[in-house]
Amino acid sequence: MPNTEWTPDQPIISVKEVYKSFGELEVLKGVSLDVMKGEVICVIGPSGSGKSTLIRCINALNDIQSGSIRVEGLEVHDPKLDKLALRKKVGMVFQQYNLFPHKTAIENVMMAPLKVLKQPRAEVEDRARMLIRKVRLEGKENSYPGELSGGQQQRVAIARSLAMNPDVMLFDEVTAALDPETVKEVLVTIKELVAEGMTCILVTHEMGFAREIADHIYFTDRGVIVEHGPPSTFFTEAKDPRTREFLSQIL
Amino acid sequence: MGAIPGLTAKSRTDLAVLRPFRATPAGAADDLLFSRWIAGAPGWLPLAMLVLAAAWPATALAQSNYTYTQAGDALVRWLPLLVTRGFALNIIISFATMAIGTLAGVALGLWQISPNRLVRRTAWAITQLFRNSPWLVLLFIVMLAFPFEIRIGGWTILVPDWMKAVFGLSLPIMANISEIVRGAIQSVPSGQWEAAESLAFSRRQILWQIVLPQCFKRMIPPWMNWYAILTMATPLVSLLGVEEIVTLSRQAMEAEDNHPELLLPFFGFCLVIFFFYCYPIARLTVRIERRFTVKF
Amino acid sequence: MPDSLQAFFRELADTHPKWNFIFFYDLTQLDRVLSGLWMTIQLSVVCVILSVVIGVVGSWMQGSHLPIVRRIVQGYIQFFRNTPPLIQLLFFYFALGQFTPTYSPDGWLEVPIISNVGWAIISLSFFAGAFNVEIFRAGIEAVPESTAEASEALGMNRLQTYMYVVLPLAFRVSLPALNNNLVNLVKTTTQAIAIAVPELLYEMVSIYNDYSTAQNASMVVLFVVFIVLVGILVLGMHRWERAIRIPGYGG
Repeated sequence: MPNTEWTPDQPIISVKEVYKSFGELEVLKGVSLDVMKGEVICVIGPSGSGKSTLIRCINALNDIQSGSIRVEGLEVHDPKLDKLALRKKVGMVFQQYNLFPHKTAIENVMMAPLKVLKQPRAEVEDRARMLIRKVRLEGKENSYPGELSGGQQQRVAIARSLAMNPDVMLFDEVTAALDPETVKEVLVTIKELVAEGMTCILVTHEMGFAREIADHIYFTDRGVIVEHGPPSTFFTEAKDPRTREFLSQIL
Repeated sequence: MGAIPGLTAKSRTDLAVLRPFRATPAGAADDLLFSRWIAGAPGWLPLAMLVLAAAWPATALAQSNYTYTQAGDALVRWLPLLVTRGFALNIIISFATMAIGTLAGVALGLWQISPNRLVRRTAWAITQLFRNSPWLVLLFIVMLAFPFEIRIGGWTILVPDWMKAVFGLSLPIMANISEIVRGAIQSVPSGQWEAAESLAFSRRQILWQIVLPQCFKRMIPPWMNWYAILTMATPLVSLLGVEEIVTLSRQAMEAEDNHPELLLPFFGFCLVIFFFYCYPIARLTVRIERRFTVKF
Repeated sequence: MPDSLQAFFRELADTHPKWNFIFFYDLTQLDRVLSGLWMTIQLSVVCVILSVVIGVVGSWMQGSHLPIVRRIVQGYIQFFRNTPPLIQLLFFYFALGQFTPTYSPDGWLEVPIISNVGWAIISLSFFAGAFNVEIFRAGIEAVPESTAEASEALGMNRLQTYMYVVLPLAFRVSLPALNNNLVNLVKTTTQAIAIAVPELLYEMVSIYNDYSTAQNASMVVLFVVFIVLVGILVLGMHRWERAIRIPGYGG
């Protein structure tokens, strides 16, 4: 499928009828969603519903059996896809932070722009310091990940992805591995990003946070999108019984 | 009354019967068994060994004209030669073998994780082949098959015996280093690969900038362990005529008329000098391993 | 060997003078190869059994209350682990073997009661046994004291506890390392050539010393035979490991 010219009036991410199986197990059964530039989407649902798989497919970390995913006009599952071009547009933050343990915080943030984008060092370093300041870790530039707390590591991970200047940020349950006190500091960072107009897709369990920042909420269960809507109506006027059951269990 | 594990407090193990088994990832400290054992030797041990060895055959002493004092003198006479020409050659062989074996082994290890299926399988086959062959058989085969001179361009290089032995011994070393490298790379959590991929690093960049630097420190202790094992294997080359310490010891005993009283001191000395060489290496290995554990 | 194959190898020797597979068509040479192979197998089996016994006894002694017993075992282990096995073989056979009592079957010959094969068995078994002691000790330490205490509370003495409770559990833990050691032992039997033990390597070398054209052929066959031998051993060990695995235990 060829790439198309993208204009800001079209969805920046367009997922159409995606099917994904791991061997015999079908995890995504015909999922479709659209994200406009500047929108914040939250994907919620019980474990095993396919939400993490979905955003990993958007980033081409998993392949799909059928369907189409377009990011700014790039067809993600074209075998001839230029992965570099895709990954420059899409940044991802993981549940397990995955910082490079042998590099300091600032080196982690600087590595990709230096080695992948081949940008000049002085420029990259300035931007990295700015990003570390932005995630409120000033003073920790030269610390190794092993010396930082979970929440601090996660914020470095966010800064690291931002260093590539992506157009979209994907967050895969980024607070699930943190203890409650540190969850807040990460959520505040994400909220600031959203306020600056970054397009974000978040897979999360933090319902209060989702209600606060999302423009649109999607509920997945067993590989399909059961229901979706803006938070104002989604939480109070859920129509599908599965949605209502899930919400009653967590709220 | 204190907490009862499993009842009123968290059980200390998952399984009722056995302690949690720390299944060591490949390439990790378990391969250090050899060095750890050497490192555990108390300092008085080699002395005790020699005393014990010399004390046993007290019965035969009385019967011969040649005394153990004379044998001891003979050993002292030959000592400089045995060490500077004999043992030195063992050490040279061990260094050369380790250098070649490491280079080849790293390459082979990287090929074992290649995305190309043919490369991967061939590398695996080669690794298994040389890991499971007896070192002595490999030595025989290489030393018999190796040309005694190599012609490059207009130059003819004579290949000495000990160099052929180096190539022979480097084959199993290459295979074992390959396994160390493969194991260490595979022990890096997949999250590292995924994070790097999402930052648009190419596979080559991920391998050389992110994964290998993390593995490197972990690979050093088992690498040093294999060096110790290799050094212990260098006397094998004496069976193929290379003039290292065992061959020279035998020649020395010949020159001293082959009195049976010479056997204990001369062979005993061989044992002791190897011990004194490998023991500090083993202690260093254990110490380095403690310092270099990289937390993932 | 069927006649047609014999004829093939005879021809091969004529047309390719460097590839004389003489043992495939000359029965005397075949006998030598088979006797060498048999000796290798015998050496391996006997040394494996003996070294396991030494390992069991040694690890039992290491748990002794008497420090002198523990020191002796420790000394034994360090001696055999930190010295080259080849030199151990030479030392045993030449330096110690000269003191073995002899007997005279016919009044003329002095035959030592321990032959070179005997010394090879002793040396190799003690060499492998030293490693086995450590391997078994690690296995024993994996069994918690509480289990041993429970069996003592049931009235079993120390020996019974060791044999019926501790050892079976420790054995399963040690099996992978033990298998590794045993495979190494089989490979190490080739070093017995140094004291003229007529195992496979020795016989092959004798053959090509008699028939220099058979050199390449004998080395190839030697290599293949050992690969097959070790391969069978490794496969068998894997099967055994899987068969005695305790469900739910171990990685």
